[in-house]
Amino acid sequence: MQAAKIFSFHGGIHPAENKAQSLQLPLGRPSLPSELILPLGQHIGQSSRPLVKVGDKVLKGETIAINNGFLSSFLHAPTSGTITAIEERLIAHPSGLSDLCIIISPDGHDTWTTLEPLHHWQDISKTDVLAYLSEMGIIGMGGAGFPTQVKLQGAYKNPLTHFIINAAECEPYITADDMLIREKTLELVLGIEILQHLVQADHVVIGIEDNKPTAIAALQAVLGKRNSKIQIAVVPTKYPSGGEKQLIQLLTGKEVPSGQYPADIGILCQNVGTCVAVHDAITFGKPLISRFTTLTGDALKAPQNVEVLLGTPVAHLLDYAESEPKKLNRLIMGGPMMGYTLNSAAVPIVKTSNCILAASKKELPPPAPEQACIRCGMCEQACPASLLPQQLLWFSKSQEFEKAEHHNLFDCIECGACSYVCPSSIPLVQYYRHTKSSIREAREATVKSDLAKQRFEARKARQDAEAAEKEAKRLARQKATPSKAAEEKKAAPANAAAPLAAAPATTDESKKLKVDIAIGKSKLKKLQKQLLEAQENEHVEEISNLQLQVTEQEKAVALLEEQLAKTVEAAPIAAEANATKPAPAPVNDELKKAKVDVALIGVKLKKLQKQLADTPDDQELKDKITTFEADLKTAQDTVSKLSDSTQTTMSASTTEPKTAISDELKKLKIDAAIAKAAVKKVEKALKKAEEIQAPEINAIRQQLKEAQQRADELENALANPATTTTKTETIAEVAPNSVDADAAKKRKIDLAIAKAGVKKAEKNIQLLKEQGKDESEIEASEWPKKLIEAQEKLAALEAEESTPVTTSVATHVEGTTEAIAKSQAKAEPEMDLANQIKKEKIAVALAKAQINKLNKRLESAPEDADSINQEITSTEQRLQSAEALLEKLIHSQTNLQENR
Amino acid sequence: MLTVLLAIGILVLLSLIFGAILGYANVRFHVEGDPIVDQIDALLPQTQCGQCGHPGCRPYAEAIANGEAINHCPPGGQATIQALADLLDVEAIPLDGDHGTETAKRVAVIREDECIGCTKCIQACPVDAILGAAKQMHTVIADECTGCDLCVEPCPVDCIDMVEVGVTAKTWSWDKPQGIAATSLNIIATDRQTEVAH
Ligand code: SF4
Ligand code: SF4
Ligand code: SF4
Ligand code: SF4
Repeated sequence: MQAAKIFSFHGGIHPAENKAQSLQLPLGRPSLPSELILPLGQHIGQSSRPLVKVGDKVLKGETIAINNGFLSSFLHAPTSGTITAIEERLIAHPSGLSDLCIIISPDGHDTWTTLEPLHHWQDISKTDVLAYLSEMGIIGMGGAGFPTQVKLQGAYKNPLTHFIINAAECEPYITADDMLIREKTLELVLGIEILQHLVQADHVVIGIEDNKPTAIAALQAVLGKRNSKIQIAVVPTKYPSGGEKQLIQLLTGKEVPSGQYPADIGILCQNVGTCVAVHDAITFGKPLISRFTTLTGDALKAPQNVEVLLGTPVAHLLDYAESEPKKLNRLIMGGPMMGYTLNSAAVPIVKTSNCILAASKKELPPPAPEQACIRCGMCEQACPASLLPQQLLWFSKSQEFEKAEHHNLFDCIECGACSYVCPSSIPLVQYYRHTKSSIREAREATVKSDLAKQRFEARKARQDAEAAEKEAKRLARQKATPSKAAEEKKAAPANAAAPLAAAPATTDESKKLKVDIAIGKSKLKKLQKQLLEAQENEHVEEISNLQLQVTEQEKAVALLEEQLAKTVEAAPIAAEANATKPAPAPVNDELKKAKVDVALIGVKLKKLQKQLADTPDDQELKDKITTFEADLKTAQDTVSKLSDSTQTTMSASTTEPKTAISDELKKLKIDAAIAKAAVKKVEKALKKAEEIQAPEINAIRQQLKEAQQRADELENALANPATTTTKTETIAEVAPNSVDADAAKKRKIDLAIAKAGVKKAEKNIQLLKEQGKDESEIEASEWPKKLIEAQEKLAALEAEESTPVTTSVATHVEGTTEAIAKSQAKAEPEMDLANQIKKEKIAVALAKAQINKLNKRLESAPEDADSINQEITSTEQRLQSAEALLEKLIHSQTNLQENR
Repeated sequence: MLTVLLAIGILVLLSLIFGAILGYANVRFHVEGDPIVDQIDALLPQTQCGQCGHPGCRPYAEAIANGEAINHCPPGGQATIQALADLLDVEAIPLDGDHGTETAKRVAVIREDECIGCTKCIQACPVDAILGAAKQMHTVIADECTGCDLCVEPCPVDCIDMVEVGVTAKTWSWDKPQGIAATSLNIIATDRQTEVAH
């Protein structure tokens, strides 16, 4: 053992030590508390994951939580007992918040689990020793709680020149380390030797302040006896010499560069408590389940150091040290400089709790009010990190985070020396803490927003790609139509030869129809949106135009839906009657060709119009456009003529209506689609023309009207042949169930739309209210009317929803009982029943949602409570009936199942 | 006369040489400048909620670059307005209430047993933070959720709640100190009340 050279660090202060109080009594060992509270996050990094369940019996030293990732730690039961809860409890944290804790109720026996010490730590690989330390739950006990194995691993980056054991314990009042060195001198030295074996540093130095002569003597005795190479460096008492970077500077004269760790300059620091814990773990196999803690302060009659089990509530320790509640003014976890106030004594001791300071008012008076900074520079003199506290304060106050960072705010160790010396009693450290957390928050927000941006962009790219793909497919289909026509021609006789093949064709068609409906609906939605926007922006012209379009689109969708229902019904019959009938192919061919012409001309026209948009004054272009438009018209005329003739041929060939109908439907649909596309094209042209204020707006408008008319006609035509099909409908009631389901679906969709209407109207009214419009204005704004209408509609729909379902359910229930009686065809009614149950469940959910909504509304608009209450009761009634029904259904289902 | 001409000649020569050097440097060391839209976009919160009236944050960034007011983004709140004002060197104005009010950070949570699996919320989510399939229960990936509210409206059974993200011990941050209290200004009775910069 040899004396080490001592350097010095900048700044520092000499506050009153107050260490004698807690050293008068010997080390105390408090009794077992009634419960132990073990927070899962006692260390820096990810919280541990619990291994136990409520009700489990654990033995002392058993692992109750394991690490959750790299920067995490294990947790062990401090005594034997039962896990009574895993829940949120108040923890020792400056925020005074709760966190997840494992609660153990001790059984009083304190039975150890089997311990497995690591006897051969000298022979096995260092990685294994580190893993063992991690499993023993060992973390830095100096304050930060950095998992020890991670710190040791970090030390392997560079060859170590110094391994420093931090025994300085510079903060006033705290004597836990002092007591630990006195009590466990040998364990400490053995622990240091184990760690030295793991890190192989050139020098091993214990840094200890000169105010602990007993501890120094004890250490010297043990080291001398063991003839150890470990040095003792007795440093002068100055706060904060126990800071890691300060102690390094004191013992080596080297400064840890800003933003780096001691390991980066070949130095490792460990707290004495950690060294003892390492020794206990390796030689005895004892995990970290207790620690030395100082109980001190004027409010305690028996201040002392205690060896306390982790998880012991502070209140238990206060009782043990005979606290006087009258005197107790502030309860502090940690020391008076770097500790924080506890709002509750229910919080537990954790691995990093080195002191409980129960201070009287006289001892720690409330801080004097803050004054303006007088630029005296005393804070700069005191700062051990050589910062410029007054500059940092300035930047913190003005939220200039970048500048604060530039002035090395993150090198501040929050020692409080600057606040201590400040004559204006500015709580400087609080400002820095606030600024640091703000900066950290901002960084996290940036990370999150970057992620959101990435995801948003990825989604957009995906959607664009999908759209492009669809467009490409559409184009390909368009190109393929002529050749398809030829194919169809060939296929027609084959069709006649194989009558059975027609059935799939019809289902195909119904599928297509469904797709059409979906497309039509989405168009409708878009149009409605546009209309709304236009209304908001008060574009009068557009509004009327759009309204027209919306109603048309609505009609079209309704038509398509009707058709779908019919085709579905007609399908089997069509298949039956199919055999006799060859398709009227030639006319079709011509028709198709003409249509292709129309499309081609349309495309050319579009191109020209685009050019026109770029060069609005080009007379030649305009001429060309007019000629093309004429062409288009003639071509379209031929198309309509041809399709008319197809229609007549079809109605003429009454003997073979069935396939004709489906074929015709297809064609008509294509016609309608083309006509609609034409309408769209013209609309686009119109818009462009409006944009550039072209003179031919009126002409284009005229065109638009014509095109729309044509589209209407076609749609009507589309509807009419369908009606001929309906005549066959009554012949056989095919698949009533599916029709039922379809109707239910439709109803539901209607319902949803009606609801959306109500919502929208409500929102608008709310908006108007928020904008400060008075009642009369709102009355005048037509929204209330709309709201009432929508609500009526909704109510009607809902009534419809519940009644048909009930009746059908009733019949179904009867049907099921019949089925049971017959004990035949069991599967089908059961499936039916399941469907009904599902539907009913959805109805219940909808009703519940509505009640919720109504209640919410009631809260926000108490003035019309009566009407809302009425609504609520009616909805509740509905809900009840639905629920009753549901119960009945389920009951009958179980019956059915039991009977089988 | 000759000296004057000489001087002019030398100056012309010099200016040509320097011009050439500068021109070369301009091409050689050309930095792909960070366009203003990108810089604005970087300051926006990327909630992608559309409350500003644009379909996402980037379109609003473009609109700002084209002169739209900077106070239309409620999720960003006053902090974003301040940042934008600093960037664009304009005055920071209070948030425009027409576009909504600043709220605490929230995430969407689906009440999973009520979900009917209609996938409407998935289609509405701008950052693909909802997981599910047709007729299956859906759930929100809380870490990816920006709290934009867009999925709440389309849900037909109203089973999506916007839940405020509570502060935990890990995300908690220190309060700012009160600052210089008004009462502490007159330590000396004759002190005049003066404005003190915070
Ligand atoms: S709290 Fe920070 S700024 Fe103040 S003296 Fe300590 S290290 Fe320096
Ligand atoms: S010690 Fe206080 S008053 Fe003096 S310069 Fe620092 S912050 Fe200002
Ligand atoms: S309001 Fe703000 S967060 Fe929402 S889309 Fe607009 S810029 Fe983005
Ligand atoms: S919108 Fe609602 S019901 Fe539909 S999938 Fe999403 S959470 Fe479920």
